[in-house]
Amino acid sequence: MLRDITLGQYYPAESVIHRLDPRVKLFGTLVFLVSLFITDNFIGYALALCFLATAIIVSKVPLSFIMRGLKAIIFLLIFSVLINLFMTRGEVVVSFWKLSITKEGIYVASFMAIRILFLIMGSSIMTLTTTPNNLTDGLEKGLGFLKIFRVPVHEIAMMMSIALRFIPILMEETDKIMKAQMARGADFESKKLTKRVKSLVPLLIPLFVSAFRRANDLATAMEARCYRGGKGRTKMKPLKYKKRDALAYLIIFAYLAGMILVRRFF
Amino acid sequence: MEIVKTKNLTFDYIRRDEDGNVEGITTAVDNVSLSVKPGEFIAILGHNGSGKSTLAKHINAILFPTEGTVFVDGMDTNDDKNLWDIRKTAGMVFQNPDNQIIGQVVEEDVGFGPENMGVPTDEILERVAESLKAVGMYEFRKKSPNRLSGGQKQRVSIAGVLAMHPKCIVLDEPTAMLDPIGRKEVIRAVTALNMVEKITIILITHYMNEIVGADRVFVMDKGHIAMEGTPREIFSRVEELKALRLDVPQVTSCAHELKKRGLNIPDGILTEAELVEALKNVYHS
Repeated sequence: MLRDITLGQYYPAESVIHRLDPRVKLFGTLVFLVSLFITDNFIGYALALCFLATAIIVSKVPLSFIMRGLKAIIFLLIFSVLINLFMTRGEVVVSFWKLSITKEGIYVASFMAIRILFLIMGSSIMTLTTTPNNLTDGLEKGLGFLKIFRVPVHEIAMMMSIALRFIPILMEETDKIMKAQMARGADFESKKLTKRVKSLVPLLIPLFVSAFRRANDLATAMEARCYRGGKGRTKMKPLKYKKRDALAYLIIFAYLAGMILVRRFF
Repeated sequence: MEIVKTKNLTFDYIRRDEDGNVEGITTAVDNVSLSVKPGEFIAILGHNGSGKSTLAKHINAILFPTEGTVFVDGMDTNDDKNLWDIRKTAGMVFQNPDNQIIGQVVEEDVGFGPENMGVPTDEILERVAESLKAVGMYEFRKKSPNRLSGGQKQRVSIAGVLAMHPKCIVLDEPTAMLDPIGRKEVIRAVTALNMVEKITIILITHYMNEIVGADRVFVMDKGHIAMEGTPREIFSRVEELKALRLDVPQVTSCAHELKKRGLNIPDGILTEAELVEALKNVYHS
């Protein structure tokens, strides 16, 4: 059950998008997300769809793989569509019992659905084509300017990458503790909610204790290998912009300009 | 000059109760003086709580002596400005392979040390490749450490230390959490580093058969050095080892028992081949 969580899931393939600099992808995703919220008509969404579809095709990630990510938000999607559909006031199209669907409601609901779908698909393209390492590297370099405001960018990126490294280890550990506690008669499958919540205590306490112990060991090991923060550190694989990255920036800016034009003139 | 030298090293763990008052003092290392020459393969033996890990942590300047001094390549560990040079000179491999691998890809982890030292990018790549080749893990360089066996993980950890180009590697029970195959892999890699690269090795362990290849052995008990000598000298003192609650390798133990029963077998048999040879001599004479 714990293995279903797929944080930072990566789909290995050989594509231009995979090889792009993570900073480009982060920026592109940000632009795409913003563009979804500045659009208020279908032409804009058609443009967004073109952008998204091109990205998906070029990335060589199968559509079914991206769709899998949507499963988690299906409830949220249906809920927000229904609320918008029935709660928006305006010109009534159909009405039955106490509910009525308005023309405006249909508009708002479909905008909402498209936004959520595109949002999830757009950001999963990024996580699916970028290794977690690359992503943290990109964040560290891309947000480097925040250092001026005393934001510990390097430390945050290091924490993220350590967290990602330890997720599978801690999952395995959780599994082990669960089995050990079950062997001692713990009940993790009870139907009663209170009982189930209570049963988490003997799972979480050993997990926390072991996580702290691991953290302590890791800190010692890092110090033993001369780690002393971001200062004076070099990179084994430094991020360097290539021609394709410049081209990608160009496309992203063209897309952004297109979206702004659509909003102004339609 | 000695690569590692301790002079009357004493280290106390201070136990405190919940209010921070001193409850008691445990002396983990008590007045230990030893010196290690460059290129030596040293093994430090001892059962749990004998102070061997505490001693090891002093060599990498993770712990600092309560009394006495530790010199690593002539540098005093008590001097703060030597700290990073000492850690570069004496690398350390720990017990739990999972808790010392930082990278999510094997080669990234090996590059972590050189990155911290500020080595230029091209040289890091070179060092990573050569270190991984030295421990026989080059073909796994793109793999996630989570998919490796314990022995392989531990070899990656050794490569990670090796990439920092240390003069000395301290291994603190590197095989304690491994299966027999993993143990053999690690010991083979360590021995090769000592023989080929001439790196000083200080191996802390409680498995007797891992010290057979060492040049010198120190046996620790209650913070003291109880015995010192070549593996052969140590293993000829079977009764003493047993008194220190240490197991003797099966072959050595067997030879010892045979000798006690009156067979003319030399002391300190280390390998099966030696025992066979000794028995042949007994048979022919």
